Amino acid sequence: MKILLMGNPNVGKSVLFSRLSGVRVLSSNYPGTTVGYTRGFTKVNNEPAEVIDVPGTYTLEPTCEAEEIALKMLKTGDVVISVIDATNLERNLYLTLQLLEKDIPVIVALNLWDDTRHRGINIDLDKLQSILGVPVIPTSALTGYGIKNLVKSIPKASAPHAPARSLDERWALIGNITGQVQQITHRHHRWYERLEDASVKPRFGYIIAALVLSASFFIIRFIGEGLIGYLFDPLFNNLWTPVLMKLSNFMGGGGFLHDVIVGKLISGQIHFVESFGLLSSGLYVPFAMVLPYIVSFYLILGLLEDIGYLPRLAVLLDTTMHRLGLHGYAIIPTLLGLGCNVPAVLATRVLESKRERFIAATLVCIAIPCVSAQAMIFGLVGKYGVQYVAIVYATLFIVWLVLGTILNRTMKGLSPELLIEIPPYRLPPWRTVFQKLEMRIRGFLVEAVPIILAAVLVINVLFVMGVFDYIANFAAPVITGILGLPKESVTAIIIGFLRKDAALGMLALSPMTAKQMVIGSIVLTMFFPCIATFVVLLKELGLKDFLKSAGIMISSAIIVGGILNILL
Amino acid sequence: MVQTLSEMRADECGSILEIHGGQGLLNRLGALGIIPGKKITKISTASMRGPVTIQVNRTQVALGFGMASKIIVDVDRRVK
Repeated sequence: MKILLMGNPNVGKSVLFSRLSGVRVLSSNYPGTTVGYTRGFTKVNNEPAEVIDVPGTYTLEPTCEAEEIALKMLKTGDVVISVIDATNLERNLYLTLQLLEKDIPVIVALNLWDDTRHRGINIDLDKLQSILGVPVIPTSALTGYGIKNLVKSIPKASAPHAPARSLDERWALIGNITGQVQQITHRHHRWYERLEDASVKPRFGYIIAALVLSASFFIIRFIGEGLIGYLFDPLFNNLWTPVLMKLSNFMGGGGFLHDVIVGKLISGQIHFVESFGLLSSGLYVPFAMVLPYIVSFYLILGLLEDIGYLPRLAVLLDTTMHRLGLHGYAIIPTLLGLGCNVPAVLATRVLESKRERFIAATLVCIAIPCVSAQAMIFGLVGKYGVQYVAIVYATLFIVWLVLGTILNRTMKGLSPELLIEIPPYRLPPWRTVFQKLEMRIRGFLVEAVPIILAAVLVINVLFVMGVFDYIANFAAPVITGILGLPKESVTAIIIGFLRKDAALGMLALSPMTAKQMVIGSIVLTMFFPCIATFVVLLKELGLKDFLKSAGIMISSAIIVGGILNILL
Repeated sequence: MVQTLSEMRADECGSILEIHGGQGLLNRLGALGIIPGKKITKISTASMRGPVTIQVNRTQVALGFGMASKIIVDVDRRVK
């Protein structure tokens, strides 16, 4: 039996899903799309059943890709649990009425039932059940109330084959139904409702946004750096280094195969960032540098998502993002990018159109320095004075705005207008927060890590074979001529294509003036993402758009570097 | 007084008279309960032609400035 969970976004559908399904939860993309859904397994009457968490939808007359897929999935199910937010009966009934018109048994889960009481809402369950003609079960997924009853009642689901109605007829019927079954007692606004309103109003909204964002940032860095410093670094240094050193000795401490697999020894030692062997940097980069940030970012993102803050942030920043051809939601990948560009590029999936995903991903890769790029900027440029660091950040910000505007003007298509529901604030359901986190981490490990390893291997072989020296020779006139950088920095810039951190060490060794250092680090930040981002970008955009994006990166880095060379 | 949703001020209420738009827009808005005849309250407007947030039924919805300009509202001048 296939059970579909359907409902509007933000009705606690995912929480209900995690209550219904067991431990084994699978997340997949609908074939040929970026729309994801999750499925799990349960038992109904001791028979195994598959539970599918269908993407949230407002209507069965699809208005976006996710809703089209929801409609397609509907045709494959045996029974639908229509999940309704009991505190918002009017809007939620619309989808339920549409479901009742279809040829599939429906059962209604009146979720967030415990919330109705303190919101002053009284619903007559029996009456609602008899009007709709299908079982209505009050549930509270957060506490687990009503879940057993819901599962027990699944076999009683029925298909009343309601006549097809028009939009206006449905709304008239909804007005009629709510008038009969729902009583609302008015009461004063609570403090969190005032906060809800304040956080979308311009003045307070921006203050709240600044507070929330800086707090999130602090926590993300704290968790990320903590994981690196106290877990992954010790693991690699104390457990993995001895193994690698043995292997290195066994392989003779050098040579082609040694350098590809273990990496070049830096003064006789394995250096996890600079050795660049498959088993040294190849493992260290995805596991000890990116993974900790994936964990901390997705934890905080999941929390902000489930509390209900993200839509408010999207509303506040929509005006700015719109000029860049994006809508407010694109702020999520952008912010993620400040930590690590890998989850940022993955997060562009939340955007609706291909065009938006392209612009967002390209902008992130070019103008958003990740934590290690920022460490580089502070380390390299900072010693010449804070004003130079400011120049770097200001330049990147201007590039972000200007390049976004240019892409928006030149690319075909329009940036879609924002139309989102602003959910009420809710306490985070920890269960789903962690389930989501686990799924996202697994996604990264399964999807991204193997390709990163393969890419490290390929580039490593090319590097050891001297292909990069050839490229460096070829690129030298551009780097010294247009960018005005010293000859010694050429290899560093080219290495930056692989690893920004290695490039950092090499740039620091070359004799540079403050101006050259500013240009050098801006170019390094802009002209290519790190190998991990590079791989994820290729996977998300496809080869053609990836090449286009890479072309934009290289040319804009050279143009901006050239302009700075003239201006500074 | 008849105004577009984008012209309304924050905290004003009114009822929707008509929506100028194609079937696609009508469907998208309709699914959220934004239909002619509905009572709405404007919560906020972002600066510089930013999105407009309204309360309809018991839901808050944010919609782009362009969409909001296509929604004609009979504004109730008594501020609640």
